[in-house]
Amino acid sequence: MFDVPLFLTFAAIAVACAINLVLQTHPISSALSLVGVMGSLAVLYLLLGGQFIAAVQLIVYAGAIMVLFVFVIMLLNAGAEKRPSRRVLGAAVALPLLFTAAALGAVMITTQIPKTAAVKFGAFQLGGAASIGRELFTRYLLPFEVTSILILIAILGAIVLARKEI
Amino acid sequence: MPFQLPAEVPLSWYLILSAILFVTGAAGFLIRRNIITVFMCIELMLNAVNLTFISFSNALGKVDGHIFSFFVMVVAAAEAAVGLAIILTVFKNRATLEIDEVSSLKL
Repeated sequence: MFDVPLFLTFAAIAVACAINLVLQTHPISSALSLVGVMGSLAVLYLLLGGQFIAAVQLIVYAGAIMVLFVFVIMLLNAGAEKRPSRRVLGAAVALPLLFTAAALGAVMITTQIPKTAAVKFGAFQLGGAASIGRELFTRYLLPFEVTSILILIAILGAIVLARKEI
Repeated sequence: MPFQLPAEVPLSWYLILSAILFVTGAAGFLIRRNIITVFMCIELMLNAVNLTFISFSNALGKVDGHIFSFFVMVVAAAEAAVGLAIILTVFKNRATLEIDEVSSLKL
């Protein structure tokens, strides 16, 4: 009964933070806006019944990845972008095309998805850690193991890139 | 007839929100020049795709979308580690964060 106002509130926060991310000139303001987007998306995941993913979103994305971003921004002492941008022509061509694509996508979504397809709060019961873990360690075991190799490669890449002599 | 709020959130609203977030991220990717902000716009696009996965997972009553978005988060974490290391190296060698000035591979 509260899910429509909750959805509208947090969707508005997410869109406002996303637009603020693009419009701010200082990277720290953009990073804080991105944290806002991720937090409101976590609330939307809860509305969709994904408790585990909502927790992971807050811990991994808003916690770990954004701390890494803010750390790098502070480390490099990144200042505000110089304005005006030299890519005015590219923006003038790309932005209308992009937003036309989004409008077309919205029209296609509203015509293709049946009107009765609604998200009933509490109907989806599989979003807990138990069912996700069971699926992850049975059907998706091979992708899960390959992911560990991916993370190993990422660690090695970060170490090699962070050496002194490159 | 006044606009009436539906009793339940339609699935299409979640998908449209995801499309708006994705397009905003793509627009930021194109118009921003600071390499860190460009990187954050990529993260925004990944988040928008995750929202689509979770919405369809809910609509289909299956848990697979959650698994996929879990993998997307893992890839995003690995990508952030390597990408930020590359940004640090670029800044160490060129003392700039403007992507237009890092163009030595340009013909």
